[in-house]
Amino acid sequence: METHQIELTVNGRRRSVNVKPNELLINVLRNDLHLTGTKYGCGIGECGACTVLLEGKPVLACLILAASANGATITTIEGIGAEKLDPVQEAFIDHGAIQCGFCTPGMVVTAKALLDENPQPTEAEIKDYIRGNVCRCTGYTGIIKAVQSCGCGGEHKKVTAKKQP
Amino acid sequence: MQDKLKSIGKPSPKHDDLVKVSGRLNYAEDYSMPGMLYAKVLRSKYPAAKILSINTARAEALPGVKAVLTAKDVPYNNTITKFGQSKDVGGGFEALYRVLAEDKVRFTGEAVALVAAETLAQAEEAVKLIEVDYEPLPGVYNVEDAVQPDSYKVGEEDTNIIAHFKSHKGDVEKGFSEADVIVENTYRVPFVDHTYLEPESGTAWIDDQGVLTIRVSTQVIEHFRGVAKVLGLPENRVRVIGTMLGGGFGGKEDITVESFIALLAWKTGRPVKLTYTREESFLAHSKRHRYVMHYKIGAKKDGIITAIKAEILSDSGAYPYLSPWVLMYSTVCAAGPYSIDNVDVDCKSALTNNPFGSANRGFGSPQVNFACESIISELAEKIGITPLEIREKNCIRQGNVLAGGMKMDRYVALPDVGVQAWEAINEQPKLKPADESKKVGRGMAIGMMTYGRMTFLHDTSRSHIRVELDGSVTVRCGVPDLGGGQAASLCQIVAEELGVPLSKVRIYISDTALTPLAGTTTATRQLYMSGNATLKAARVLRERLLTRAAAELNVTAAELDIADEKIFVTAVPDRSLPLKQVILFCSGEGVELFHEAQFNAPFTDVPDLSNVQGQVHPDFTFGAHAAEVAVDTETGEVEVLNIVSCFDVGRVLNPLRCEGQMEGGSIYCMGYALTEEIILEDGITLNSSFTDYVIPTALDAPHVQSITLESKAGLGPYGAKGIGEPACNSIAPAIIDAIYDAVGVRIKDLPATPEKILAALKA
Ligand code: FES
Ligand code: FES
Repeated sequence: METHQIELTVNGRRRSVNVKPNELLINVLRNDLHLTGTKYGCGIGECGACTVLLEGKPVLACLILAASANGATITTIEGIGAEKLDPVQEAFIDHGAIQCGFCTPGMVVTAKALLDENPQPTEAEIKDYIRGNVCRCTGYTGIIKAVQSCGCGGEHKKVTAKKQP
Repeated sequence: MQDKLKSIGKPSPKHDDLVKVSGRLNYAEDYSMPGMLYAKVLRSKYPAAKILSINTARAEALPGVKAVLTAKDVPYNNTITKFGQSKDVGGGFEALYRVLAEDKVRFTGEAVALVAAETLAQAEEAVKLIEVDYEPLPGVYNVEDAVQPDSYKVGEEDTNIIAHFKSHKGDVEKGFSEADVIVENTYRVPFVDHTYLEPESGTAWIDDQGVLTIRVSTQVIEHFRGVAKVLGLPENRVRVIGTMLGGGFGGKEDITVESFIALLAWKTGRPVKLTYTREESFLAHSKRHRYVMHYKIGAKKDGIITAIKAEILSDSGAYPYLSPWVLMYSTVCAAGPYSIDNVDVDCKSALTNNPFGSANRGFGSPQVNFACESIISELAEKIGITPLEIREKNCIRQGNVLAGGMKMDRYVALPDVGVQAWEAINEQPKLKPADESKKVGRGMAIGMMTYGRMTFLHDTSRSHIRVELDGSVTVRCGVPDLGGGQAASLCQIVAEELGVPLSKVRIYISDTALTPLAGTTTATRQLYMSGNATLKAARVLRERLLTRAAAELNVTAAELDIADEKIFVTAVPDRSLPLKQVILFCSGEGVELFHEAQFNAPFTDVPDLSNVQGQVHPDFTFGAHAAEVAVDTETGEVEVLNIVSCFDVGRVLNPLRCEGQMEGGSIYCMGYALTEEIILEDGITLNSSFTDYVIPTALDAPHVQSITLESKAGLGPYGAKGIGEPACNSIAPAIIDAIYDAVGVRIKDLPATPEKILAALKA
């Protein structure tokens, strides 16, 4: 199949790649650019593991043709907190929001997009915003607490052991 | 003692959280190798068919294709499954493991042929060019039909029944004749999938020493022995390196891609990678078994249970895998955590042409616990007492004997866990939904589940610790990490015992060549088994360091303690030596600064299968769930508003991880209660995607309140018990009980879909 050269700005770096017209963005990120933080969980837009930011908005890289992203600016998990962890990443760590971690990159990217749009989301708003990101391990309680804790200008409370009854 | 502990009991993040949150952790699929080929599996379209012929010529001729393999190319295609156990147990517990279908296929999705090609696209194309001539066979899809003598035979044996275990005590008929109230019901639970977010993946290659090396996402690195058998290689020429898993839940306990990529790498001499698509993952791996459970229970007017009878039939699907083991758990747990004088348990497992059943979080416990807890709640209502009261009256306590004859020598947190869960959920005023059609209800259930493998497997674990000259510590332990913090807990134990900060402990895990074998990450066993092995090794080193410091400080070792990288006289903490200095003394004088220890679980013989009695498991974790739901009487939809999970975990090593298991386990089996089901039509899976197989999302999941009790009565380090699997055991019956409380219908057939609830409301 014929390939085309496309230009992408990924995590602040200009990249040019040759892609087939039917190549998906997730494969270009993972295989051509070696940004393996973006995960494949289903390939059909049902799990959110492949979430990246396209022009600042969360999208599913398994549903987007790479060619259609020509010229776009993309942020993957590798572009978040690369120098110093983003507060939302720290909150994930502190609230036990990570178990196997396979959903985590997509979850962090989505949470980051939410907090950029709405710095003080309610619990209901958080649940609604992350509903497309499946996590099989945590039951979401820790994830929701983590995002909620970022809702006050980047500061978040550290978790402590729950009181014994 | 508690206050003195520096690391144990503190909510510290896992060392791997940082790489996970930055997207830097490499899972199995993230590794690539130069010259790597891509594999693809041809899978059967039929649930039952004779393979008349396979023609691979066109596939082999395709450019880029390097190998096409069928059963005839597998040196030892039929071997016996082992699951990393230390002891051969035979007798139905070890059964056929077939790499590729031969003669006949037994389930849709069964692997028939393998391809390796230069690109994934070529491999995909080649698979389509393999011509298989099938003659469809009738098959059998209903386990109740499969046990009939004249049924279609799934395998080569003349019966489909692969296991039949019984356990009895007293005289049930007499018990029923003494009862004032009797309840009898049939319960059904479906096949369900694990849906770990990371699909199966691995890469195999032959290293420069000729060792067949497999890097794979697995819960059981000990499968290197099975792969060696398939290829006819010595065990020390196969090495498995386990990656951090993107979830497992029992679904990566059986061999997944290992044999396939090993065969292809061996054939081609090139590295070969195979990753399943989500659809393929649904079709290829095990399921939690479908069960049909007839229960009968009787009690006196005062609520004392006089007899229980359980007849259980498990659909093991197309191959046995762990079905007999799972059935043994069901046999032990079928009569629940109750002290009942007259018990009769009869459990069978039979082959069908459905997907194969094997391990899934809970391992045969959630099925029977759903049935047992449901019938107990119904019995309570018939007698006129509350669900909590009937449990308080009948639950086992320390010193009691379980139905299966095991004496509960250790502390039993019943009915405590039930009381606390029930009180916690009732602390809040009941929500009044704005919507007239919505009714709110509350329910509860208790449960017991084992941690540690069955004692007749003679389970062991090993761990190796080395103290470095700069005072840092290196741990090696062959423990696969599923994300539950299996490795991090070991670091915490080492930090505690050797008085070093967690940041100075580094662990290497999951490598059959370089880490001591620690056994499987299954059966909620790692904290118990590898935790104890690590503790044992750490204490030996600690003793050596203290002994050397004692000579220097002119005291006995018993008078010393270690903390904050210092060894000090407990009574006079100012009299101390830096740990590093003691390490240098030891190193200079030839004192060994490393140690490997093995921990052995209790060992028993294989029980009498016609009457399972006595110890089968090391110990149990006791817990309870309470749930609050809103049921829409117009649509039948259920919203779970609140969940309380209460467990005696023995000892909390790390609240973040312990609560994480309790939260995650609750939601995992909330799906079991309400939405999850593999829908099969004559052996064909109709919902092999997240679109149609519905697991809980953030919108569905309520806040889970975790209450941890610390009896310190567990067999694990510092008195800990296991929590991974127990955490999901009692939520489904609690939700079903809450639905009954809300709208007065008892669902006996999971999942409790809106259609079933509406139908029950109309009946
Ligand atoms: S991989 Fe893209 S949504 Fe699942
Ligand atoms: S942490 Fe495993 S899927 Fe979310």
